[in-house]
Amino acid sequence: MSRTVNWRGVLQPWLEHVDAPLLKITGLLMLVGLLTVFSATWSGQERMPSQFFNMAAALTLMFVVARIPPQRLMQLAWPMYLFGLVLLVLVMLFGIKVNGAKRWLSLGFTRIQPSEIMKIAMPLAMAWYFHHFENRRWFSKYIGALLILLVPSALIAKQPDLGTAILVFSAGFYVIFLAGLSWWVIGGLSAAAVAVAPLAWNFLHDYQQKRILTLIDPTSDPLGSGYHIIQSTIAIGSGGVIGKGFMSGTQGQLEFIPEKHTDFIFAVFAEEWGLIGNLILVVLYGFLIERGLRIALRASTTFNRLLAGAITMGFFTYAFVNMGMVSGILPVVGVPLPFISYGGTALVTLCTGLGILMSIETHRTNR
Amino acid sequence: MSYFEDQDAGKRFRGRLSTASVLMLIAFFVLVLRFFWLGVVQHGYYETRAEDNRLALVPVVPNRGLIFDRNGVLMATNTSAYTLEIVPGLAGNIDETIEGLSKVVTIEGKDKRRFKQLLREAKTFESIPLRSRLSEVEVARFAAHRYQFPGVEVRARLFRSYPLGETGSHALGYMGRINTKDLERIDEEGQAANYRGTDHIGKTGLEQRYEFEMHGVSGFESVEVDAGGRGIRVLSRTPPISGNNLNLTIDARLQQIAEQAFGKRRGALVAIDPENGEILALVSMPTYDPNLFVDGIRSDDWDVLNTDINKPLLNRAIYGTYPPGSTFKPFMALGALTVGKRTPQLAISDPGYFNFGNHTFRDDKKGGHGMVNMYTSIVHSCDTYYYTLANEWGIDGLSEFMGRLGFGSKTGIDIDGEAKGVLPSPAWKERRFKRPEQQKWYAGETVSIGIGQGYNSYTMLQLAQATAILANNGVGFKPHLVRSISDVQSGQLRTVPLEKTHDLALKPDHLEVIRNAMIGVNKEGTSARAFAGAKYVAAGKTGTAQVFSLKGGTYSHGGTKEFLRDHALFIAFAPADKPKIALAVIVENAGFGAQSAAPITRQVFDYYLQGIVPKGPAPDAPGEPEPERRDLALYADPMNDDHDALSGLNAPESQTGPFVRMPAANDALPVRKKP
Repeated sequence: MSRTVNWRGVLQPWLEHVDAPLLKITGLLMLVGLLTVFSATWSGQERMPSQFFNMAAALTLMFVVARIPPQRLMQLAWPMYLFGLVLLVLVMLFGIKVNGAKRWLSLGFTRIQPSEIMKIAMPLAMAWYFHHFENRRWFSKYIGALLILLVPSALIAKQPDLGTAILVFSAGFYVIFLAGLSWWVIGGLSAAAVAVAPLAWNFLHDYQQKRILTLIDPTSDPLGSGYHIIQSTIAIGSGGVIGKGFMSGTQGQLEFIPEKHTDFIFAVFAEEWGLIGNLILVVLYGFLIERGLRIALRASTTFNRLLAGAITMGFFTYAFVNMGMVSGILPVVGVPLPFISYGGTALVTLCTGLGILMSIETHRTNR
Repeated sequence: MSYFEDQDAGKRFRGRLSTASVLMLIAFFVLVLRFFWLGVVQHGYYETRAEDNRLALVPVVPNRGLIFDRNGVLMATNTSAYTLEIVPGLAGNIDETIEGLSKVVTIEGKDKRRFKQLLREAKTFESIPLRSRLSEVEVARFAAHRYQFPGVEVRARLFRSYPLGETGSHALGYMGRINTKDLERIDEEGQAANYRGTDHIGKTGLEQRYEFEMHGVSGFESVEVDAGGRGIRVLSRTPPISGNNLNLTIDARLQQIAEQAFGKRRGALVAIDPENGEILALVSMPTYDPNLFVDGIRSDDWDVLNTDINKPLLNRAIYGTYPPGSTFKPFMALGALTVGKRTPQLAISDPGYFNFGNHTFRDDKKGGHGMVNMYTSIVHSCDTYYYTLANEWGIDGLSEFMGRLGFGSKTGIDIDGEAKGVLPSPAWKERRFKRPEQQKWYAGETVSIGIGQGYNSYTMLQLAQATAILANNGVGFKPHLVRSISDVQSGQLRTVPLEKTHDLALKPDHLEVIRNAMIGVNKEGTSARAFAGAKYVAAGKTGTAQVFSLKGGTYSHGGTKEFLRDHALFIAFAPADKPKIALAVIVENAGFGAQSAAPITRQVFDYYLQGIVPKGPAPDAPGEPEPERRDLALYADPMNDDHDALSGLNAPESQTGPFVRMPAANDALPVRKKP
């Protein structure tokens, strides 16, 4: 009867690169996600089991990525960025159009969304860039950074996919910001951005303009683009302080909330768990970010700390933009609620980010 | 590159990181404020909005009141049937939907045409029936394919149904879908909330007049609905209150027998109980099947009804106006006695004509009737007697007396669409015509009025009412179709109070003279054949009404085009000593009153008084055309041969006979536009 497996021995190489606080927080968020996906979909097409497998797959990927040392990640940065860029160009040329947007490349057996790769490749490449050119004159340094930042962002925005473009752009911008871009330049760029905003308005697609307009006044188009915001704010507001109870939200259960298991899942959650649930969720994200920032702070190289900082702030962007749009203070863009919205792609990206954070944290001591 | 080499960079990074932390903290704080605003400050508002989303108040249509005849025979009821309905706003491409549906259930071309018609008139989110009366098999077949057809539903609905079919349809009226005009009426009655779930309404007849009695009070269900408007579950229910039942004065069997007595002939009959004004039968022939209208009439059915030269939808009994012809004479005689223009004994010599100015009014009998007193003037329908009477009496007195009998005014029957008719008088003529020379009353016109021709034009209802007043010794009641209304909920029976409308204070001996003369008509006079062998004593008078003035032409019964032939009339009441029934009947273009109108009356009386059920339609009385007056040119103004005046006469206030327009009854009905 000596078939005892040394579990500790088998798991050791995996566990040693895991950051326990990050894993715990993520686990809690994923639990919330599974419950909310269940509540949102149980009466129709049940999504929880497949989301469970998505999570399992994404977590496995996270363990794998966490084992890759940051030095190796640095080597992968440019190839990955260029690969992503080439795919984005291919999307522009041969992409398949779904609902008026060219976001996918067909590989025959499956479709991929190259913009998703950029969410990781962008901070990687940008962190690599500042790691190597940190001591260059600031002007040439920032011109290069701007190119790295703007080319893929513009390609993605043109697809059009404003949500992803914002995430990719912000991931790159956070690196530049953390690298110490002069406040004067930031101020100047912001001013310039405000100045060209009316011009940029004309480059926005009709539906994008509409989304911004409906943010200002959702009732201007109550059955069209304003419908999402109206119904989701009703869900949040009617949830009150303690919520209507698990699986008892009328807005969600009776299908008043569109895309209720993906981008608008927060409305389902908020309706059923109320203000208390919302606060808990915000605090969980806060812990996640706090842990990420702590990792960044402790990171040993420029590449590591820039990358860790940017990825962490990326998590923030996901959460803030999603909850902001669902509660009606930001325009509607396609950004999922991290670890909670249904969908494998977002989970894979997020867990890759988590894996990188863990790698940076766990490889710190043995450099 | 070590950490220590980059002390400056490290310091800067930490600074940036803390700035970022603060900014992120602020952002999350803004989010939390927003959640607080929505969930606490505005919670009440959003809770209401969510409830409004979730709850729908669905009206529950009450059962419409039933209609029974005077003996409790069911004349109108409700039956439930499955209908296949489409909500255009939810169904996407309508044509494709119908195409797809036709593979699942039978959908005929006429169903499609009716649907298209209803679609044009409907609001977007109204459910429009495509097929009605689906079989159980069809319902099951549709259920299996339901998912393919968004916006299409099978509903169990209550439909009005008339078990007796065509019987009494002009009294009952018909139902139709609510249109804009109906909505106005509903609003005026303050019934808008009560009609939220109702989509059919009474369009004509009793269904229309007693709409708000029979509709009932809508109930409500509070239903939880999803975003697609589908009901998930019923949360609470206020049951509807059924409408009130009508108990009619009509005797359905009598009505049926009267209708059958007409056979294929056109015409009208109104039978009244003289003692209380209850209408026992209200016949307009041909009739129609009101069941056809129940769920939106198919356009081909409508075309048949609407273009039929016999005008089945026209209620001839109350809307068709006709000259009374010789049926006017008993009333003339009664008036003459009452005002003292004649005594029963006074006899005149009838040479067969009456000269007035340069015009000769001819009697029907060449050479005349010889010496004629009041009795013989009625029994043999002598014209000359009444030419002279009218001429002596004068139009003012004559018109005043006839007005007291109800001629020329609406009786106030409890269904819509009653015509006033024309009681000729100088005042009427002045109103009726524009040119001064037309407005003038010529004394010669009075002469034709005396025999029920000329401008005279009355409904059969008025004529029956006048007969009933005569039968009931000068006392008349408002004719009515509803005897009582029973409140299903409380079990109470509300009897419609009798309304005495006429009390002419006539002398019994005068009435006796007229009654005897009218009995004589059926014994030895113009309608003696029709009443041969009757076990009761009936009083009557035949009449013939001209359709067109065939001035100077020769009248030939068979040769005249059918619609130009004279109308046959008959008025009667029985038993003569204590009348239980009084009636007026007209058979359009049938020639002589005694020939076709009197036999119909005989069948009606035989059934009503003795329970004898006839074997078939009333036969035309055999033999030679009885000597009924049919002199012509009586419309003509003897003083002034003015053809404009003549053409005006052919179309008095409401036109006569089969040339009457349809009442503007129902704009929801499909009327095919003529190319």
